[in-house]
Amino acid sequence: MTSQRAAISITGLRKSYAGKEVVAGIDLEVKPGEIFAILGPNGAGKTTTVEILEGYRSRDAGDVLVLGEDPANPASGDRTWRDRIGIVLQSVNDAGDLTVAETVHHFAHYYTRAKNPDMVIDLVGLTDKSNSKIATLSGGQRRRLDVALGIIGSPEILFLDEPTTGFDPEARRAFWELIRSLRDEGTTILLTTHYLDEAEALADRVAVINKGKVIEIATPELLGGRAQASATISWSETGVLTSKVTKNPTKFLLELASRMDGEIPDLTVTRPSLEEIYLRMIGEL
Amino acid sequence: MKILRIGLLRGNLEIKQFLRQRESVVFTLAFPVILLFIFGSVFKNTIAPGVTFSQYFVAGMVASGLVNTGFQQLAISIPISRDFGTLKRLRGTPMSPISYFIGKAIVVTAAMLFQVALLLGFGALLFGLQLPTSGLLWLRFTWLILLGSACSTVLGIAFSAIPKSGRGASAIVSPIVIILQFFSGVFFVFSDLPKWMQSFAAIFPLKWLTQGMRSVFLPESFATREAGHSWEIGRIALILIIWLIVGTVLSIRTFKWSEE
Repeated sequence: MTSQRAAISITGLRKSYAGKEVVAGIDLEVKPGEIFAILGPNGAGKTTTVEILEGYRSRDAGDVLVLGEDPANPASGDRTWRDRIGIVLQSVNDAGDLTVAETVHHFAHYYTRAKNPDMVIDLVGLTDKSNSKIATLSGGQRRRLDVALGIIGSPEILFLDEPTTGFDPEARRAFWELIRSLRDEGTTILLTTHYLDEAEALADRVAVINKGKVIEIATPELLGGRAQASATISWSETGVLTSKVTKNPTKFLLELASRMDGEIPDLTVTRPSLEEIYLRMIGEL
Repeated sequence: MKILRIGLLRGNLEIKQFLRQRESVVFTLAFPVILLFIFGSVFKNTIAPGVTFSQYFVAGMVASGLVNTGFQQLAISIPISRDFGTLKRLRGTPMSPISYFIGKAIVVTAAMLFQVALLLGFGALLFGLQLPTSGLLWLRFTWLILLGSACSTVLGIAFSAIPKSGRGASAIVSPIVIILQFFSGVFFVFSDLPKWMQSFAAIFPLKWLTQGMRSVFLPESFATREAGHSWEIGRIALILIIWLIVGTVLSIRTFKWSEE
């Protein structure tokens, strides 16, 4: 991995609005082919950071490279660079007088390496809605259309800004499958989300951002020292629910098992959930 | 040329979208025709030898039709697309902004041609509008339409930067257009208007467009009734060209893909 050039690299990124620093020195690197999630509360600077990467916003300081080019002024030209990226924005709400097929077919003309539009419509599960006007789609279906338009150009990097907001659980799982299949084809994916389960289910690595700074970058399993965190063991002894917090749960369990006769009643061993870890990291717990 | 090809494709798509929005079809295309019926039926008086008010009015409506389908339509629809995020999404693709503008110019031109044909047809059939008989007048009519619609398009795109939201756009743009129509001699005979109104209207292109259209559709003898006692064709061309340049520069410099 280290020999490969980073898909995205950010060093010392800063951005202020009206004197308020929204991005306060962010450094991170996204490797080619990984799903990288940026987690953070509202106002943490996620969207600003991503919009700088997408070339929508200017920056005050720092270096940014996306596919080896500066999004603010790509050396190969803005349109050549945009031909290689795909963007799924947070809220696009077209007037909706065109059909799904018309829209996807039209966007395919913009790109030099466009995928087959009907295949893309199928991939996002909208074949049945192909000839329906966009205005008649449900929220989740619209979002899938957004994704279809984001991937139609076979992007090397796909930006997804809070893609599953408003999805029902089933639609989310189907969506996650779609994102994984894109990763398997080699697409690098940068995802912002405030759903922890989404980051946990999808991301190879997660960056937690708060108040414009990166707090930590790790795999979801290792985030916030989750793997080494103390476990809570609870059980019933002589009818009383007892619990113990320990850094060595296995050792404690063995002692407990030898002390108790047979099955340990009401036994649970829990480690902090990603959510607890995350809330602790952003100072909400 | 990819930019042009995408521009043509966008034009095709924009026309489809336009035709599918019934309210836009009704308001931009049918409304001027309805106005023509109302004014043409109410004001049957003769304003000069051989010239009825309805003839005067049709000439003005053809001119303001260019303002409705271009300036008004764009200055309202672009902020709405911006609200919807449509423009931001387009900005994120390799599509050239020039293709976007070409597409807009195509839909505006198509709507204008359709509207002009409707107005001329109804005007000639029902209100005694005399279509020009000389090639020279048709030529003048053609460049007035082309220059007027180009002007109207770029000013509509330029003005689209002003409304903060799509919902507010119509409230800002429609009164401006209606006031300009009153001041520019569409609903009243221009030379009958108070002097200050005439001077104010003379700053903007609509007054000159209506005057140009009158030079095409009214008898040559009417020229002496104009505010400048002649058609002032050279001045009309000059003022429209100045506005075209101003509008083009402003649209390029101020166009907003999203409201940050």
